[in-house]
Amino acid sequence: MTEAKAPAKRAGRKVELDPRLAAYQGVWVFVEHERGQAHSVSWELMGEGRKLADQLGVPLSGVVMGAPGEDTRRFCHEAFRYGADRCYLMEDPVLADYRNQPFTQGLTELVNAHQPEILLLGATTLGRDLAGSVATTLQTGLTADCTELNIDPENRSLAASRPTFGGSLLCTILTLNYRPQMATVRPRVMPMASYDESRSGPIIEQPLHLIETDIVTKVLDYIPDNRQDRPQLPFADIIVSGGRGLKSPENFQLVWDLARVLGAEVGASRPVVQAGWVELDRQVGQSGKTVRPKLYIAAGISGAVQHRVGMEGADVIIAINNDPNAPIFDFATYGIVGNALQVLPALTEAFRQHLAVARKAG
Amino acid sequence: MHIVVCIKQVPDSSQIRVHPVTNTIMRQGVPAVVNPYDLFALEEALRLKDTYGAQVTVLCMGPPPAEAALRKAISFGADDAILVTDRAFAGSDTLATSFALASAIGQIGRNMAVDLVFCGKQTIDGDTAQVGPGIAKRLDLQLLTYVSQVDRVDTERREIVVQRRAEGGVQVLQTRLPCLITMLEGTNEMRFASQAGMFRAARHPVRVWDKAAAGIEDVAKIGLKGSPTVVSKVFAPQPKASKAEQIKCESNAPKDLAVTLIAKLFTQHPALESAISAGTTGSI
Ligand SMILES: Cc1cc2nc3c(=O)[nH]c(=O)nc-3n(C[C@H](O)[C@H](O)[C@H](O)COP(=O)(O)OP(=O)(O)OC[C@H]3O[C@@H](n4cnc5c(N)ncnc54)[C@H](O)[C@@H]3O)c2cc1C
Ligand SMILES: Cc1cc2nc3c(=O)[nH]c(=O)nc-3n(C[C@H](O)[C@H](O)[C@H](O)COP(=O)(O)OP(=O)(O)OC[C@H]3O[C@@H](n4cnc5c(N)ncnc54)[C@H](O)[C@@H]3O)c2cc1C
Repeated sequence: MTEAKAPAKRAGRKVELDPRLAAYQGVWVFVEHERGQAHSVSWELMGEGRKLADQLGVPLSGVVMGAPGEDTRRFCHEAFRYGADRCYLMEDPVLADYRNQPFTQGLTELVNAHQPEILLLGATTLGRDLAGSVATTLQTGLTADCTELNIDPENRSLAASRPTFGGSLLCTILTLNYRPQMATVRPRVMPMASYDESRSGPIIEQPLHLIETDIVTKVLDYIPDNRQDRPQLPFADIIVSGGRGLKSPENFQLVWDLARVLGAEVGASRPVVQAGWVELDRQVGQSGKTVRPKLYIAAGISGAVQHRVGMEGADVIIAINNDPNAPIFDFATYGIVGNALQVLPALTEAFRQHLAVARKAG
Repeated sequence: MHIVVCIKQVPDSSQIRVHPVTNTIMRQGVPAVVNPYDLFALEEALRLKDTYGAQVTVLCMGPPPAEAALRKAISFGADDAILVTDRAFAGSDTLATSFALASAIGQIGRNMAVDLVFCGKQTIDGDTAQVGPGIAKRLDLQLLTYVSQVDRVDTERREIVVQRRAEGGVQVLQTRLPCLITMLEGTNEMRFASQAGMFRAARHPVRVWDKAAAGIEDVAKIGLKGSPTVVSKVFAPQPKASKAEQIKCESNAPKDLAVTLIAKLFTQHPALESAISAGTTGSI
């Protein structure tokens, strides 16, 4: 009985919530983990979830699903330290590896049993796979890749915002007469929640009534990525990015030169990736990676909203652009109006000298 | 084997212009194309057809001009094309869209059972990646998302083995047919349309289905009515409290600008200096 909490009438902006739906309370964050490691997006969501739960005056809960054992339970304790008040735990051998069928059934059962009003998941390959299936099973709304989450004061519903197609605008999406309200958020869009060793809370366990022979899909093998092979932009502390303003792949070498001196990762805007100057994994923005470095240097990048949403979480942004009116100057920390082909080598040299001196002194 | 490939027609994003004053997107005159992600799904289906033999049916929900996307797919080698179009679909979110597409696939399967459904990873306009999982759930198909490679299909035993992109690695998954695959981008390269293919595409009678033909009886499940999500407002991103501090110096020579910037950067953000030193190896 997972079907339809269908609305009594057409969703309007201020309609009274159906009493059956008003019973849905609390904010849930799905704690994603794979191979013994929690995905950092879970703790980013925990921080955001805390904010929403406090605004609503309801508890914040983590949802942990996995194989039975301390390795899974550990994530409940982590969830408390990152701000959860409670944890729902579903342990079963069939949940050892992520597979759509048992996770969809398990999460759907948890939602139906405990009725949260908001359910947040990371917009990862796992989270998007699971969220889409669960939302369809529950027949509720799901907002993808949100960059901002708030509570609409008018109707206490989740106001989930995301960029609109091709424009420099955002749209806010509401799920009015359905519960739970579901949303996914991409890794690194939100800051990490603060960690408090002393926090703990109750664990509410629920079994999953499935056996391996019920599950159609089998995991034959798992080939872990060789981390060294792939750029790790989302977790880089320093990123130097180049855009179309650099004009040629040869000039883009200047970005690599500066990155080398800074021990930085190299990023790029979409046109640069599409032109094949750098690999796909280096694209920063809405259809690429979201990054939160301590320092982001953007050379020859205009600052279109699709690029901006991927990097505005950086602590410090330095923009180099020859157009004083380029939109990137609206949100960068420091700007240099000038030709990137000259400024980049000058910066590389100045950083090199500064660091050499600092190294000698230190 | 019968394979259905879902393709969406989208505005060509490389041609989108944003109105400088209103900030809204100017769709007029922007050519429509097949959602680029869907071409990887179509190519994979055509490769399975080449290897195992299959009927490939392409399915699109959209306004009448979306027929062009289907003809394009025929020119590449798809056998049959269905356009699901009805005013009642306007305003559909992903829940309503997956309902409509799943109903249509149900109808398609009445003539010839469907073994495999392919979707793209996501679209470039709605960009949610939710429609594939939605269709799979409604049709009770096994769901294989972010597939980078189809290793083998055993039509006798009705099994398929694929490689799926997971967060930290690749899962090799085996499942039963029928199933739904969302294909990862960059996994294959779309073939060129042959001359014969283009001729065939021009003449091929694209089947056009309204909601009834697509097997939809309950109009409360499609369009705005069937969509739990509502767009409540559209707004410009919050302007930052302050704009960038412009680095200037007397000469304005790149070298002097660089030195001025670095001095300022490390004075105002002392932690950055150690972050940078920690990341470098010393051999610079
Ligand atoms: C659905 C969709 C998704 C998208 N996703 C992304 C995404 O993930 N990431 C992304 O980056 N974009 C994305 N885009 C594209 C985005 O809208 C912009 O087109 C893109 O970010 C622009 O890249 P750019 O800044 O390198 O190029 P441009 O906008 O062409 O800017 C080049 C800049 O370089 C400056 N310049 C020129 N010469 C010099 C010089 N010698 N020295 C210094 N500056 C110079 C110019 O003044 C200009 O500001 C997406 C678009 C759509 C429609
Ligand atoms: C800016 C914007 C934001 C939106 N945000 C949301 C949101 O957060 N939640 C929500 O529920 N809806 C949202 N929508 C509505 C959503 O875009 C539409 O429901 C759309 O019809 C399908 O979603 P998609 O384009 O995201 O497809 P995706 O789910 O990204 O598409 C995945 C695959 O499904 C297949 N497919 C998708 N649409 C069709 C079609 N019409 N015909 C054939 N095959 C198709 C293709 O194979 C495609 O590659 C949004 C729309 C816009 C314009």
